[in-house]
Amino acid sequence: MTGFRILAVGVGGQGILLFSRLLGEAALSQGYDVAMSEVHGMAQRGGVVESNIVLGEVKSPYISPGEADILVALEPVEALRALGRCRKEATALVSSDPVVPQIVKDGLATYPEVEPLLEKMKEVLGKVHIFSGEKLAREAGSGKALNVVMLGALAGTGILPIPREAYLDAIRRVVKPKFQDLNLKAFDLGYEAVKA
Amino acid sequence: MHPLLAIKPGDKRLLMGNEAIVRGALEAGLRVGAAYPGTPSSEIGNHLFSISQELSGLYFEFSTNEKVAMEVAASAAACGLRSLTCMKHVGLNVAADTLMTLAYVGVRGGMVVVTADDPSCHSSQNEQDNRYYARLSGLPMLEPATPQEALEMTREAFELSEKLEIPVILRTTTRVSHARGVVACGELPDYSRFEKGRFEKDLKRWIPVPAVARERHKVLLERMAEAEGLASKAPFNRVVKKGPFGVVASGVSVVYVLDAVKELGLEEEVSLLLLGFTHPFPRTLAKEFLSGLERCLVVEELEPYLEEALKVLVAEEELRVKVLGKAEGYFPRYHEFHPEMVKAALAKAFGREYKAPEAPDTSWIPELPPRPPTLCPGCPHRETYKVVKEALQELGEEENTVYPTDIGCYTLGLLPPLKMADYLLCMGSSVGSSCGFSVATDQRIVSFIGDSTFFHAGIPPLINAYYQGHRFTLVVLDNETTAMTGHQPVPSQEIRPEALKERPVISITRFCENLGLPTIQINPYKKEEAKKAVREMLASERLGVIVSKAPCVLYKVKGK
Repeated sequence: MTGFRILAVGVGGQGILLFSRLLGEAALSQGYDVAMSEVHGMAQRGGVVESNIVLGEVKSPYISPGEADILVALEPVEALRALGRCRKEATALVSSDPVVPQIVKDGLATYPEVEPLLEKMKEVLGKVHIFSGEKLAREAGSGKALNVVMLGALAGTGILPIPREAYLDAIRRVVKPKFQDLNLKAFDLGYEAVKA
Repeated sequence: MHPLLAIKPGDKRLLMGNEAIVRGALEAGLRVGAAYPGTPSSEIGNHLFSISQELSGLYFEFSTNEKVAMEVAASAAACGLRSLTCMKHVGLNVAADTLMTLAYVGVRGGMVVVTADDPSCHSSQNEQDNRYYARLSGLPMLEPATPQEALEMTREAFELSEKLEIPVILRTTTRVSHARGVVACGELPDYSRFEKGRFEKDLKRWIPVPAVARERHKVLLERMAEAEGLASKAPFNRVVKKGPFGVVASGVSVVYVLDAVKELGLEEEVSLLLLGFTHPFPRTLAKEFLSGLERCLVVEELEPYLEEALKVLVAEEELRVKVLGKAEGYFPRYHEFHPEMVKAALAKAFGREYKAPEAPDTSWIPELPPRPPTLCPGCPHRETYKVVKEALQELGEEENTVYPTDIGCYTLGLLPPLKMADYLLCMGSSVGSSCGFSVATDQRIVSFIGDSTFFHAGIPPLINAYYQGHRFTLVVLDNETTAMTGHQPVPSQEIRPEALKERPVISITRFCENLGLPTIQINPYKKEEAKKAVREMLASERLGVIVSKAPCVLYKVKGK
């Protein structure tokens, strides 16, 4: 493996940090070098959250515009906002369920119709997978497992040289026993959604 | 067991920079820690706090502010114990008075001062470069680039501090404190009991009256000279000598440079000076590095700190090399860097072809709704703001009111529809600035401050306000926790961690009453009752305090 730059984006509360932690642990268990960075604090109060994950020979724990090889978006508007951080050839995994910001509910901004915009994304990027991650997470037992659905989907693409079992191990090591079955199921549903 | 204690020596773990600092401090035998939380430093205190509850050999406290925390750590170090204090960059402003003279009197046990800077202001009111505090105080400074270095440098900082008998500054930035990387850990010493130290009296050392201070300043300068020698030989300062083009970098820029050199295919041509021990400036090493170079690019975020040191060196030593940096327009003096920027600058400095990575076309994307951080659903602050706003509306005073505010979640009261934050500088400034506003304008002044901020820096200006006869209404938003930075304890909290069960509850209401100030306490969820009381308080037009007491909803859930 040379190097991979993965950008994960979403909204505070969606569990981006756990997503990155699991991905990092899975990569580390395979002996890959891992560097990540995230921003805490104000961003977590319902704001945009992003996590930069680099694997292999890349050292910089931050991804510049035009550099991401893989975009994992837990929210469609956040996928669009992060598009400029991708390489033209990048692969994107997008969960299509909107999280409408308070500012829109207060009538101070508008939330775009995302469907045609996500279709357009397909024209400008290497490969785009769009699916309702929340639906799959609920099928697994809780909408909160969206982050692990997305991890499963990332594994399902087969882009990263990390075997499926390494992700499952990471879930078993990191996630509380009480929530493991739910998350293992969520992983599988995400994995199959992209593989099929 | 706390996960940072469970790591076996030699194990490699994915750790956050702040976690690596904690582990490094424990490996070095830290005995006493004290801090006031602030992003991006907060996790250091959080971990030490919870670890101190497991290990009888470790003491940690969340002090009322950074100055107090530094004094706790300093006196422990004066007794020969290893101590640490950590804070965000602006926190060091609060502790600066202590720091400047602490450098003179010094320490016996190793003492580390962690300052976490925040280029790009991810969660701060400014992006000051705290490397200048090392120069201002005359203290040695280490700057890790990765979590692994954060662990190693923390460990080394204690050794260095004990050797030189002065505190050592460990300076990180957000991209180091909040980066995660693979870290190989070392061994933990015995923490089964708290070994006390002993304070050895020495008037010529610990009491910096002028006659003593004059001598201690000389001692500090001698230590600096010694430290320069150590910096020039430190393993954290690496030289890779190749061709006539050089790059100097420190902090996270080091890894950006390493990636850029590789991706531009310059590995066999560019000479590198990668610095981790940056104050005192490793002059001997830098001189050696510069000799024979034609051009040298300096890569560092924020101020031209290394750049200017290098230019002084070039002038004094009459070297031929051309130093390129911010003054030559290669980098801005604001905001954090990103890797591509560094690549482009290297290519430009050394005349290489460079094509920026190609991003997809994004011109078709419509304006996207922003996601400004907002007060949580059910947050008591929002209820308080509404109560005060409506009370002012009923008095016909809303248009005429200025709202000085303070640092915390409630700063978000600035957003519509509330728009109840008009002026902010720093911790405690709501109260101090209200004093000035009440002198300078006839507008009504209603200011807001949180509980933790009140204890941190709100009390001296409140006493000033009362004594000087200033007129304003101070609303203390007492949600019984330091919510913004992750629910650290405060003296007014009634729901408290097990370890603090025996501590007194310090009521802000009683404190203000005892000062003799007109004070009321409201429950913001009992809207009509609260509004009536607020209206009466506002009608008097004298200095008065409204304590709005209701625990943070997130903390309430977590604390149960």
